[in-house]
Amino acid sequence: MKIIDFMAYELIEKINNKEIKVIDILQQTYENIEASEDLIHSFISLSKEEALEKARILDKKLDNGKQSGKLFGLPIAIKDLICVKNNLTTCGSKILEGYKPPYNATVSDRILEKENAICVGRTNMDEFAMGSSTENSSYGPSYNPWDFNRVPGGSSGGSATCVASGQTIISLGTDTGGSIRCPASYCGVTGLKPTYGRVSRYGLISYANSLDVIGPISRCVKDAALLLKIMAGKDPLDSTSYDIKVDNYTNDLDKPIEKKVLGVPKEFFGEGIEQSVKKKINEAIKISENLGAEIREITLPHLEYTIPTYYLIAMSEASSNLARFDGLRYGEMYDNPQSDVFEVFSKTRGEKFGEEVRRRIILGTYILSAGYYEMFYLKALKVRTLIKQDFKNAFTQCDAIVCPTMPTTAFKIGELVDDPLQMYLMDALTCPVNLAGLPALSIPCGFDQNNLPIGFQIIGNYFDEHTILNIGNLIENKLNIYRKIPQIIRNKK
Amino acid sequence: MSDTEVIIGLEVHIQLTNLKTKLFCSCNSDYRGKEQNTIVCPICLGLPGSLPVINENAIGYATRLALALDCKINEEFWFFRKNYFYPDLPKAFQISQYNKAGGKAFGDGGHITIRLDGEKKEISLDRIHLEEDPARLVHKGSIASSPYTLVDYNRSGMTLIEIVTNPVMKSPEEARDFLNQLKSIVQYTGIADLDLEGSVRVDANISIKGNPRSEVKNINSFKEVERALKWEIQRQRNALKRGKELIQETRHWDDKRRVTIGLRTKEFEKDYRYFPEQDLVPINIDKKFIEEVKKELPEMPNARMKRFQEQYQLSEFDSEILVLDKNLADFFEKGVQQNKSFGLDDYKTYCNWLMGDISRWLNDNNKNINDSKLKSNQLNELIMNINDGKITGKIAKGFVDEMMKGNSISDIIKKSGKKRIADEATLYKIVEEVLKENLDIVKDYNGNPRALEALIGKCMQKTRGQADPNVTRNLIKKKIQ
Ligand SMILES: [Zn+2]
Repeated sequence: MKIIDFMAYELIEKINNKEIKVIDILQQTYENIEASEDLIHSFISLSKEEALEKARILDKKLDNGKQSGKLFGLPIAIKDLICVKNNLTTCGSKILEGYKPPYNATVSDRILEKENAICVGRTNMDEFAMGSSTENSSYGPSYNPWDFNRVPGGSSGGSATCVASGQTIISLGTDTGGSIRCPASYCGVTGLKPTYGRVSRYGLISYANSLDVIGPISRCVKDAALLLKIMAGKDPLDSTSYDIKVDNYTNDLDKPIEKKVLGVPKEFFGEGIEQSVKKKINEAIKISENLGAEIREITLPHLEYTIPTYYLIAMSEASSNLARFDGLRYGEMYDNPQSDVFEVFSKTRGEKFGEEVRRRIILGTYILSAGYYEMFYLKALKVRTLIKQDFKNAFTQCDAIVCPTMPTTAFKIGELVDDPLQMYLMDALTCPVNLAGLPALSIPCGFDQNNLPIGFQIIGNYFDEHTILNIGNLIENKLNIYRKIPQIIRNKK
Repeated sequence: MSDTEVIIGLEVHIQLTNLKTKLFCSCNSDYRGKEQNTIVCPICLGLPGSLPVINENAIGYATRLALALDCKINEEFWFFRKNYFYPDLPKAFQISQYNKAGGKAFGDGGHITIRLDGEKKEISLDRIHLEEDPARLVHKGSIASSPYTLVDYNRSGMTLIEIVTNPVMKSPEEARDFLNQLKSIVQYTGIADLDLEGSVRVDANISIKGNPRSEVKNINSFKEVERALKWEIQRQRNALKRGKELIQETRHWDDKRRVTIGLRTKEFEKDYRYFPEQDLVPINIDKKFIEEVKKELPEMPNARMKRFQEQYQLSEFDSEILVLDKNLADFFEKGVQQNKSFGLDDYKTYCNWLMGDISRWLNDNNKNINDSKLKSNQLNELIMNINDGKITGKIAKGFVDEMMKGNSISDIIKKSGKKRIADEATLYKIVEEVLKENLDIVKDYNGNPRALEALIGKCMQKTRGQADPNVTRNLIKKKIQ
């Protein structure tokens, strides 16, 4: 039995029916990783020994009929900025090289401790989630499994490549301005960004804390629904998490969408969207129409201010969130007995942070400085409110909004490295969702002329993940391409 | 005089030591005397990924103080981040409140009444706000010469309230009384024990009218404030006298050398880049909550002082001093109510004992009335013995030390073997002896009223304090005239 042929929900059944041993699953997983990792580089660190050890323990429990947990024995890859107790967590940065947090993120606790999934390794990412290509990782870039010369998207690049290539079936990413949906789109997998506050951020190392959210990356919508159900819900350790009922998201995924109205914002189909992307998105919209949904054009008039607003807010928050990395308590420290404490701080930060991180810290510091605060930060907050209002207005006319996830398919490695502004523009269709705090799903909807995947984005109303999962699942069934996988692992063997 | 008028404003940080847990995590607040870096968690260590959760009781405590100080409580506010790098600040920002840039303090305005030389004065407050305490830096010896700095995060994340006054105080004495009154109010609200080491930190802004101000930081006890202010005022006056121009600067109070030290003049103004803390949701304090807190608030010192004047007929001066320490005032009320036979004179006597010999003993022994062994029935018994003529006041004063050790009055009297001598025949002999031995004083008698008191004193000496002063006085008068 090859685990690469199954979705997570299918494999869970096989484990519980004792059709396959957990240890076999983990061994296959590491074989698959070893077979493809030098081509893709999904991981910053692997925890093979711990994972195999846990697999053996779980098998024993299974033998004794004492298995528990909805993800019992399932391997999962976790982005390198979600704390896993005693497990390397570096945020893709040299400044946290060797750092092992002494505590679990709430999400890690729920998935690994309560539901008994097994963490196989920590996935590669743009340093501190700052980037859209995973080229900003201090540990080297990841490569798109569909074309090794291209980026996998970012910042959760490794979390997408490991699922897309079949190294693991599911993974966790985080999304601040599109960091789950962008790599999901570029790698042809499913990525879900939940509503801000739906999933606890406790233990998620902040990049921009008013925008960050943890979400699943998977090969199908049902697996994303399964993971969301486990992660979602109020956490007393996160004041910004909401106490709103968590649905059984895997139920009703096949419910007809006849009465649903899908909004198509004309602003999302303007300049900068590649023709091949437009074509496939329109086909997916057509499918929804055939499924009985009503398509309605809507408008989001303030969308053009998204990028400056997003970056002003994200950089401001980042400059403060990343100030604690000074080498004094954890991570690497520049150590010179002749230096005073401030020199140690600035040398540590200057040497260990990468270029993009330094750029955003410096810009964020500037934005929050006296005199500029009102001009930039407060103004950005006002525009953010307008963008939120745009979406609120839109949701009085529709149940979900559909559009492309990314304006293009995956670009070449190095193509945009020297043009940060062009790179920032890649987030134009994803980051308005973060500014508004809404949930959004990206599912693969086809390939362009270069056989590169295209992502279809479905944006939902606040805390209405169930509707977008429902719509996504029906479209996925019609398209029926979700089991397609690039032939790396099979070829290697 | 007006050109040397002094202007003082204070920023007082008090630690809410009576809270069970820290401001944003569930670590124990009772960190004093514990091993370094053991009362910590990912939150107060600022570990990556950790998030703050507000301690609701801190909001309740701040509400108590705001009500006691008559501040206007802001019903909704965000916490703000105050960003700066320092080794004692694990997140490199302090979660605080800010009253600009869309932020609000916890409470605005408010005031404290001080009384100096019998004159009342209102010291107006600008605001009070909540913030977290940084870690404690530990040096070997003085900061300047220590070869290293150690960081103890046990204090990190403790709850502080900052009280900012307007620059309205005119002398170090006013500042001292302000702090005494503030300490008293804090004690009444039950939010902190400001006698605990490190529970108070004061920054003082001081200027001579028409000149730039200096900010003296690092004053770590109320007692030091007056001293630091006096020193700094003198420094500024001396500089002006020598024709030097003062600059706006930050100075540190060195409590070992008892001087203020100028720090390097900063090249640019400190910019804390305040902005809203989005890891917390806005705090809402509704009217109902405020009313509930108000109901639980005990009588505040000002009101109690007025009541003491009416109910016990104590003077304004006595009442004011008696209520200042809540424990002392509680002791007084409990004591005088225990004895139904007590009248107005006894209240006064009781108050005198507490404010006089007993307070002196407490001060000398660095103790609070509550952690002494004195019980109110002991003091009652002592006063009853004086009233009944069994001992004199003079004898009683000699019993204070034994009484404070918790010994019963009857035991003390028995052990001392002392009792009041009022028998005229016995005293007559003693008076005769004293007059014979002190002819020079007797000679002075007509011209000097103090001669009579001196002679009574001599009789006291002879009787080891047991002679009844009134009987003795009458006998001396009779004998000489
Ligand atoms: Zn703590």
